[in-house]
Amino acid sequence: MNHPTMTHPVQAAVAVAMPLQPAQSAPRCAPPWRAPLLLLVAGLAACAAFPDQLGLITRIFITGLFVLSLDLVVGVAGLATLGHAALFGLGAYAAGIFALHAHADPLLGLGVGIVAGALTALVSGAFLLRYQGFTFLMLTVAVSQIVLSLVQKARNWTGGDDGLSGFAMAPLLGRFAFDLEGKVAAVYSLVVLVLLFYVAQRIVQSPFGLAVRGIHENRARMAALGTPVFRRLWLLYTVAGALAGAAGALSAQTNAVVGTDSLSFALSAEALVMLILGGAGQLTGALVGATVFTLLHHTAASINPYHWLFVVGGLLMLVVLVPPAKAWAWLRQRAGGVR
Amino acid sequence: MSGHAIPDTLLDVQALDKRFGGLHVTRNVSFQLRAGDRLALIGPNGAGKTTLVNQISGVLEPSAGQIWLRGADVTRTSQAQRVRAGLARTFQITTLAPHFAVQRQIELALFEREGLTGRLWRSIDGYPALQAEAQDILARFGLQAHAATATQDLAYGEQRLIEMALALALRPKVLLLDEPMAGVPKGDGARLLAALDALPGDLAVLIIEHDMDLVFRFANRIVVLAEGAVLADGSPDEIRRDPRVRAAYLGA
Repeated sequence: MNHPTMTHPVQAAVAVAMPLQPAQSAPRCAPPWRAPLLLLVAGLAACAAFPDQLGLITRIFITGLFVLSLDLVVGVAGLATLGHAALFGLGAYAAGIFALHAHADPLLGLGVGIVAGALTALVSGAFLLRYQGFTFLMLTVAVSQIVLSLVQKARNWTGGDDGLSGFAMAPLLGRFAFDLEGKVAAVYSLVVLVLLFYVAQRIVQSPFGLAVRGIHENRARMAALGTPVFRRLWLLYTVAGALAGAAGALSAQTNAVVGTDSLSFALSAEALVMLILGGAGQLTGALVGATVFTLLHHTAASINPYHWLFVVGGLLMLVVLVPPAKAWAWLRQRAGGVR
Repeated sequence: MSGHAIPDTLLDVQALDKRFGGLHVTRNVSFQLRAGDRLALIGPNGAGKTTLVNQISGVLEPSAGQIWLRGADVTRTSQAQRVRAGLARTFQITTLAPHFAVQRQIELALFEREGLTGRLWRSIDGYPALQAEAQDILARFGLQAHAATATQDLAYGEQRLIEMALALALRPKVLLLDEPMAGVPKGDGARLLAALDALPGDLAVLIIEHDMDLVFRFANRIVVLAEGAVLADGSPDEIRRDPRVRAAYLGA
């Protein structure tokens, strides 16, 4: 038969068919600690430069963590969701209820928020992730609305529409009390954000992360390679839930109040807008989008409280309609033709 | 011919049947593949060739019948389980991760083969042995110059090579090739033909192909499918002489 059995039969055959070309250098990932370290430095610098804006800065950190979690689902796994606030809100309520009834230690409360977010994602994901595309999108909305109405009903635990309040956090690590200026809250939120950003970077660059990105690119291909597609997405969704829960817990602890707006459709939608504004799939884009959106909200709303959405709408159109390469070229030209 | 008792039968398709509502697309199809077999599945468009491959690989569930892979009934198992049991396939329509660097694409197949895609922490750059193997595979297909190129930027024929490289990276025992030359202009497929000729000798290969020159050169057995049913099954010479096949398909 005409099937030669050499050591590298294809190599021999192909070598005849074409001359050998030099190997291209292999693709490599950026070090996973670089971007989080940069974030830490930039965050601390922002805190030092604007000591009277620590509340706003803290909100940016927390929102950044939430949008980062959303990016794992939307940008990395390619699952468009409009129900991500359910994971954030339940993390917030869990941390608040824990502080009110069990223990006021912030790190324990953070752990409770993380577990609540992860569990919510684990349970809802078992159902949601069986669907794709538009069906998945609509079901995420449905699930988050159900969660919202359950929280409104469970008035004894959640305070219903009045919100959950009346809890005060114990000093961080038993030493740093949450001060009125918000110094401790800002640094605490920043450190949690940086650590979880690092974790997210590691996960995205792991073989697991590569497989999830592969599922985003082409589900049929991954199934043909033997990837258990559902199980991989389920784990990713649970990790994202943990991150969203952490953001919720930080929000509850630094504001000392949790409202039903933390579970709202508006929050899910705004987070998606932030992600698209900053660029999905790169993790850093999530942080950029959250920062730009929150700053814009803050400044534009103080100029004209009713029309700031105008600005956001315009900016979003610009980002969606103008390809980044074109924008760069334009900027470079404006900067004086730097090559 | 009730076959899974034959020791070196790797793939045993038994009385496979598939209906989509009123459409009967696979009718009582049976055949076996042994190590070293080169079986060509031919038939006119719409004969149900790809549907058959989809059932064997686990994309579609058959309405009736059984699929045995290396002595185990896999009729109701997932695609992932079949890949682990030694079955790999390529797609008629190029099915790749378009934005992945070519080498990442191959590494992904290797991570999957080694059961590593459940690992969350160590960087994909931290597996030098697999990286070296991926580079070796690229070199064998003459693609080493494109290791860091995005897959979608490759020429179409090169993307077809990657389809095959991915399947072989899984080190299968049974390989299903769904029109590997589809859309590649004649004369442009030298590397693909070389790759086909150089497939490991003990691999069981099923190939769907429309190019009859290639079919008769490559296959040692041919199954002719028409309207979902097996019209003829035999050696290339038998098929060439079969008057029913000539009438139904070869048209000469």
